[in-house]
Amino acid sequence: MPYTTALRCRECGRHYPIEPLNVCEFCFGPLEVDYDYDAIKAKVSRASIKDGPHTIYRYEALLPVSRARAVDIGAGFTPLLRADRLGKLLGIENLWLKNDAVNPSYSFKDRVVSIAATKALEFGMDTIACPSTGNLAGAVAAHGAKAGMRTLVFIPRDLERGKILGAAVYGPTVIAVNGNYDDVQRLCSELADAHRWAFVNVNMRSYYAEGSKTLGYEVAEQLGWKAPDHAIVPMASGAMITKIYQGIQEFARIGLIPDAHTKMHGAQARGCSPIVKAIQGGHTHPKPEIPKTIAKSLAIGNPADGFYAIKAMKSSGGSGVVVEESEVAEGIMLLARTEGIFTETAGGVVISAIRRMAEAGTFKPGESVVAYITGNGFKTMEAVEPSVNKPIQIEANMESFEERVLAAVGR
Amino acid sequence: MAVTVRIPTPLRRITNNQDKVNVDGASLRAIIEALNTSHPGIKDRLCDESGELRHFVNVYLNGEDVRYLQGLATATKTGDEISIVPAVAGG
Repeated sequence: MPYTTALRCRECGRHYPIEPLNVCEFCFGPLEVDYDYDAIKAKVSRASIKDGPHTIYRYEALLPVSRARAVDIGAGFTPLLRADRLGKLLGIENLWLKNDAVNPSYSFKDRVVSIAATKALEFGMDTIACPSTGNLAGAVAAHGAKAGMRTLVFIPRDLERGKILGAAVYGPTVIAVNGNYDDVQRLCSELADAHRWAFVNVNMRSYYAEGSKTLGYEVAEQLGWKAPDHAIVPMASGAMITKIYQGIQEFARIGLIPDAHTKMHGAQARGCSPIVKAIQGGHTHPKPEIPKTIAKSLAIGNPADGFYAIKAMKSSGGSGVVVEESEVAEGIMLLARTEGIFTETAGGVVISAIRRMAEAGTFKPGESVVAYITGNGFKTMEAVEPSVNKPIQIEANMESFEERVLAAVGR
Repeated sequence: MAVTVRIPTPLRRITNNQDKVNVDGASLRAIIEALNTSHPGIKDRLCDESGELRHFVNVYLNGEDVRYLQGLATATKTGDEISIVPAVAGG
């Protein structure tokens, strides 16, 4: 059974019961799941985790749902890969990639949605829904199908084709809203008030967000039970970087790793960078902006967890990094061509951010650097289509091959 | 100068479970003062000690985030609709 004790307001500390609530009635602060960490510490060990499944549910004790009733399509425990070729190119000795592009619906969102869907069933809800920049839509549609729930996904009208298809294939009702993500999000907040549906990132947010902690746990476990020296994370709402840091801190708190010294760095693209602008300008809260970026999965102009993301970066000794729009596709291509991993635009932002940080001397020799690659490149093919070579057309004979191919690639 | 204010669930205890309240006022600041007169305590929920909107509260005038407009000084007129919406996680 979960070790959850209550929901607690992150701002004023007021307690609430474990229900589909996400906002404090008094100060509007976000509600978070509280755990009995002493009980968890007494129960959980490295060995008990190692015996668990190769999914997020190996960390069941630190999650707000029971594995036994989980809506589980295999989210999590994705590979942590050494990136020697990319590292050599960038001058980073000890570079790692957390490849979350290989989740069941091809982004990290499966982690959060598995938790939210499970909790929704626990609450007796029969409809699952979300506002989405694309990745979440796919994850909600997939888990909705697995759970047999009615599924509605709301997306901005200008989304990439791959993301629309990647959600629609699971059979949800897809609603394209005439507006940007911030408009979609506002509409869904109002709908969540009017219907008892599980909007995973609205009224289920307190539980949903917990899923991202597993990105912190896994990296620490996969590095041999220690926190990385640096983590570079893409930022949209700012929730993921906050939760990864929380995950690393929880692991230290229950004694699974010696300490939580990781410097947390958040990356955004120039066309939508309210969180990075705020931290660089010395502000505690981001100023909302209208997104105009190729990195659509990061196009949240009014980031709800920006305040906490800034806090995580500052208190950990990390930083905010912005990359130019042109560097997004460059980052995707660089990762694909050095490490054989095809990521979406958010991953391109991360790789280019790391390149900038390496050039600026952020990483000391020997320090472990982990890049979070959170989504799959097939979702945003438009971003790299102009940059890749077209196939060489030949006839089915040796002469044609020699004439057109060997001339180009060399003997 | 009646403006309709849509009240989110966390505030409905103050509005006797009404999800919409009509009030008069020529600016968002005046609207919140008027709301607080008819439903005492609501201002404290929406605004911090300095009287500014709390960071976790989003207020929209006819669908537009008032932080893109003039914040609390944003002018309002009869027939306008104001939505109060808590912040949401990523997508």
